[in-house]
Amino acid sequence: MEKSPEKEHPREAFGWAARDTSGVLSPFKFSRRNATAKDVYIKIIYCGVCHSDLHFCRNEWGFSAYPLVPGHEIVGEVTEIGNEVQKFRVGDKVGVGCMVGGCDTCAECNNDSENYCDNTILTYNFIYHDGTRTYGGFSDKIVVEERYVLRFPDGLPMDAGAPLFCAGITVYSPLRYFGLDKPGLHVGVVGLGGLGHLAVKFAKAFGVRVTVISTSPSKQKEAIDKLGADSFLVSSDEVQMKDAVGSMDGIIDTVSAHHSLMPLIDLLKKHGKLVMVGGPDKPLELQIFPLLTGRKQVVGSCTGGMKETQEMIDFAAKNGITADIEVIPMSYVNTAMERLLKGDVKYRFVIDIANTLNPN
Amino acid sequence: MSLSSEEHPQPAFGWAARDSSGLLSPFNFSRRVNGENDITIKIFYCGICHTDLHFIRNAWNSSSYPMVPGHEIVGIVTQVGSKVQKFKAGDKAAVGCVVGACHACPNCEQSLEIYCSKSILTYNSTNLDGTRNHGGYSDNLVVNERYAVLFPETLPMDSGAPLMCAGITVYSPMKYFGLSEPGKHVGVVGLGGLGHVAVKFAKAFGVKVTVISTSPAKQQEAIHKFGADSFLVSTDEGQIQAAVDSMDGILDTVSGVHSISPLISLLKAHGKLILLGAPEKPFELPVFPLLMGRKMVVGSACGGMKETQEMIDFAGKHNITADIELISMDYVNTAMERLARGDVRYRFVIDIANTLLPLAHP
Repeated sequence: MEKSPEKEHPREAFGWAARDTSGVLSPFKFSRRNATAKDVYIKIIYCGVCHSDLHFCRNEWGFSAYPLVPGHEIVGEVTEIGNEVQKFRVGDKVGVGCMVGGCDTCAECNNDSENYCDNTILTYNFIYHDGTRTYGGFSDKIVVEERYVLRFPDGLPMDAGAPLFCAGITVYSPLRYFGLDKPGLHVGVVGLGGLGHLAVKFAKAFGVRVTVISTSPSKQKEAIDKLGADSFLVSSDEVQMKDAVGSMDGIIDTVSAHHSLMPLIDLLKKHGKLVMVGGPDKPLELQIFPLLTGRKQVVGSCTGGMKETQEMIDFAAKNGITADIEVIPMSYVNTAMERLLKGDVKYRFVIDIANTLNPN
Repeated sequence: MSLSSEEHPQPAFGWAARDSSGLLSPFNFSRRVNGENDITIKIFYCGICHTDLHFIRNAWNSSSYPMVPGHEIVGIVTQVGSKVQKFKAGDKAAVGCVVGACHACPNCEQSLEIYCSKSILTYNSTNLDGTRNHGGYSDNLVVNERYAVLFPETLPMDSGAPLMCAGITVYSPMKYFGLSEPGKHVGVVGLGGLGHVAVKFAKAFGVKVTVISTSPAKQQEAIHKFGADSFLVSTDEGQIQAAVDSMDGILDTVSGVHSISPLISLLKAHGKLILLGAPEKPFELPVFPLLMGRKMVVGSACGGMKETQEMIDFAGKHNITADIELISMDYVNTAMERLARGDVRYRFVIDIANTLLPLAHP
């Protein structure tokens, strides 16, 4: 008979889990494996709340298994290391993002793009090498193979740095990979939420000119005055959109809701790139002529490999880039999920795990 | 009754469509004086591109009549302007889809004239002086030397003509998107004018090629005639499933309405689906598969002049020509009907020099 989550592994662990498709989270006792030779044990201090957590908790993608402990924007401290671990010592500050395993042998794993490995193991809701389910960072501790742990730089606050492990890398990776990081280029950012506000910050740090494209005129002041965007377009304003036609080298589209691609494609210069990092779940209409006559690309991107995640977090520390966050106690998480659904957060919730996740 | 459209000093004769029926008929018109940067070409052959069919029937609502189509032109230079450097009289020359651009923008600076916002197409386009352009279903053409390529001696003029559109349309994206590197695996969707030429170029690059088609009947030719390594029937779910995640890139040459979701599934991570055809309805783009594999969907049209010269030289070196059916000028309307049905292996080419007979004036 299958062991219960509490008895599956030798070390006690505690977190909050969703139990069913309502997505409501509640206290959950479970267990973690012992550290093997390559593992790093981490006491979790903070964990960001990502929109993916919401999707998974409510089984919106159809493959959630309950109980489900979400959380893949993890920052903590090393408490134990396996005897083959080389990069970390007890006491080090570390981060963990969206993956905790892969095949380690395929072309993707060998090319520092573990996130595209066919056998990637996600931080939660996936099956680990030992056949057990993975549980995420809404918990007190996590044990992760060294390859999938990042060094957390000094000079970066742990709470506001946590969202970089998913939101940060998700926008950093395509800005770099698609060459949208060169000073003088013009990049659009669609949507000013968890992903979008970080895209603006990274792009500005690269010396790129940034235009935020949003349905909400009320976001203009923050986009420009607080986040440093160079300009702002209201996507439903036909005149503004027409004036900006053919002006952007690339666009990072962070919006998951169903929306029209063609006005965004029109904003691109010839050979421009529309990078989708949000995941609308229904197909979007794509007209061919603008692509043909402009050699324009629509491309997707999903998180990033471990090497570039380390590069990203180091770059963030050097350039003072953190997420704009609202720190919450664990007990607030269900309210936070409701507010996240309405877009009522500037711009990421981060759970104060160390101080508020209490087994009692 | 005069059929002429005399805006220029040099007489010309061709066949033009008069309205959206697309029926072509004899047409007297004129060409500009050969300027200092121009060459005049006596046209020998002109390929029939599917785009010609679309334009003569006003499929894209942008046609202006009378229209002389044709942008797969090969001929002999009869006159060169005083500043012309690349050509002399007697040279073989070829012209493709574009005959002018601004020459000052970043696209022109990189010899990507086709992507210049002021590009002037070979036909159905307006010149700087406000007159309309007429294409290669005609006896002569005057063109700025920048927009003509030296046609290799080793290449037959008739079966080389389609390379000026079909050839560059597949060559350009294969080069630009890194699909010409030996060892890559490229899919070619559709085995028509573009598709068969794509297979030939890809094999010459040393790339593994899978032809993807709705017609099982094309398998024999794909493999034995054109040298494709394998063949997939796109409506066969089992075959598609077996090939998921196997291709570095796919050239989609199909103009009919079709789904791109199965094609996206055939791509490896970081793979590229290159759309070359122009279906009448928009595609439905599933976003998740793009995200999960960092996959790309992109469009491409013709190519720049520098790479067109490179392409035709490569074809000359590797003996790449189109498979053609040579026709007389007066067969052109029948050819258009057959092209609309896909009934051609694989490009019609008009024998202009021998069969384009001037209209007898009354």
